[in-house]
Amino acid sequence: MAWFKKARTPIAAPDKASRVPEGLWVKCPECDAIIYTRDLVKSLSVCTKCGHHFRLTARDRLLSLFDGEHWVEQDADLKSNDPLTFTDTKPYRARLEASRKATGLPDAILIGVGRIDGSETVVAAMEYAFIGGSMGVVMGEKIVRAAETALARRLPLIIVSCSGGARMMEGALSLMQMAKISAALARLDRARLPYLSILTDPTTGGVTASLAMLGDINIAEPKALIGFAGPRVIEQTIRQTLPDGFQRSEFLIEHGMLDLIVDRRELKATIARVLRFMMPNDAA
Amino acid sequence: MPELLDFEEPVGVLLKEIEALSMLPDSDQRRQDITRLTERIVSVRAELYRGLTPWQRVLVARHPSRPTTLDYIERLFTDFIEIHGDRRFADDHAIVTGLARYRDQEILVVGHQKGSDTKQKIYRNFGYARPEGYRKALRAMQTAQKFGRPIVCFVDTPAAYPGIESEERGVAEAIALNLREMAMLEVPVVIVVHGEGGSGGALGIAVGDRILMHEFAIYSVIPPEGCAAILWRDSARKVEASAALKLTAPDLLGLGIIDEIIKEPIGGAHTDPAAATTLLDEALHRTLGEVAALEVNVRLELRYQKFRKMGSIGIVEEAES
Repeated sequence: MAWFKKARTPIAAPDKASRVPEGLWVKCPECDAIIYTRDLVKSLSVCTKCGHHFRLTARDRLLSLFDGEHWVEQDADLKSNDPLTFTDTKPYRARLEASRKATGLPDAILIGVGRIDGSETVVAAMEYAFIGGSMGVVMGEKIVRAAETALARRLPLIIVSCSGGARMMEGALSLMQMAKISAALARLDRARLPYLSILTDPTTGGVTASLAMLGDINIAEPKALIGFAGPRVIEQTIRQTLPDGFQRSEFLIEHGMLDLIVDRRELKATIARVLRFMMPNDAA
Repeated sequence: MPELLDFEEPVGVLLKEIEALSMLPDSDQRRQDITRLTERIVSVRAELYRGLTPWQRVLVARHPSRPTTLDYIERLFTDFIEIHGDRRFADDHAIVTGLARYRDQEILVVGHQKGSDTKQKIYRNFGYARPEGYRKALRAMQTAQKFGRPIVCFVDTPAAYPGIESEERGVAEAIALNLREMAMLEVPVVIVVHGEGGSGGALGIAVGDRILMHEFAIYSVIPPEGCAAILWRDSARKVEASAALKLTAPDLLGLGIIDEIIKEPIGGAHTDPAAATTLLDEALHRTLGEVAALEVNVRLELRYQKFRKMGSIGIVEEAES
């Protein structure tokens, strides 16, 4: 029997739901403004009053970027087979099933090839509603295939991160996706093809410590949580409360980790601008 | 005698008996009893270590007397010269880099260093590296590449340091860049996971042509305590988490993440560091030879394919019905 018992506070889920809820009117969690849902959709889920960025689904992200809201999906049929037969308080298989039902996606990523301002581009978008956008073997494989497609067809690659990090339920296999993806990005880099990393709220853990920090240009949405260690882990380590704004986009750009912070409503135009710099004139 | 772990209590009981006997006046009977008990310790230990649970392996991997990277450097190599600093900000003491002679060749050594006594542990930040450590490692590895020298990386860290300054100076970027650039290093790179392979902090110096792992080392996406706190909402469920995470060497060999298990002496590397070094030496020498024999382009392609395949075991391709 220990003399002192450690108080264990379970890790609480974030209190603010950041996704646009269904219904006619939406209250902005930042400024409490009541917004007409249709207006919010028109503004790409950015609060029309204060500019708060609601979280986008992977599908809405692709809709917001591709010309004519059109793309060809890649590798839609890849699924995790629960390689570790992992069970915590419930079986991983059950979590997968629930997430598939809730999102309509087979895993936490959607890959599309389409045009951005006329130029063909490969875009990967993560889905936070699928087990926190966590990166497991399926995400790793799909991103590597996307990078290989970009390499073979000499197209730019864009990855929109929205993830809590590596997926614990696939153990070290998830960890290795960091190395696997980074190796594919190395090939893209050596082939002088553009890779843009878009960091959205949240981008943490193994996703930050691999693909999200490797862009030729790293672009974040405003006020996104971006970091390696989670704020709670850091607080436990240093036994201090973290300063306001720590690990937010504005903090990262001040520390030299980001090239740009761009409002979602300007993101597509900014991407197109950057790609004009990077792609040969005849291909644009 | 290295300190005993809780599950080694049967060994402790026998050790106490020997201690009690050695207080008695010398006699043939006493000497025979001590010999008998000493033999018994070996067999009890062998029995215990044959059936270690994943959590017990975590404890062995973190054993305070487990040989550190510098222990192995001292025993395996000669003419070691440590090189310091990332030439950007500082010298990180949780990662050591240096030039060394291994048998008949010059190599570069990179490794996490946890420290063996309290003073050293604090100096080494308990093996928790900051961004400078990863940047120093990459700088040193690129120097090795320039001069065509093979690289050996020793992995033993709980994690990258989760502190404010780590985030401010971009620990994620430092690790990410290492992952990308290590994939392209033209010289042979051999990884030895000899203690704790703590997630991204470990992987940041662990991309190579071959990944060797000690029998009782662990390698995990998250520490079992952290996994338990998040998924079970109770860090005390670390024992279950350590089993679920499949972080042992045999598990990882089965999953295709490591290439080879390096056997340890009965009772773990800390009970006989000299014997542990001999076992490592054999595997390292052989592996370096194999990897060095490959042509650069072949080696790079094989390294790419090695990581490319990781995870395929967990994927099925089936259309939605």
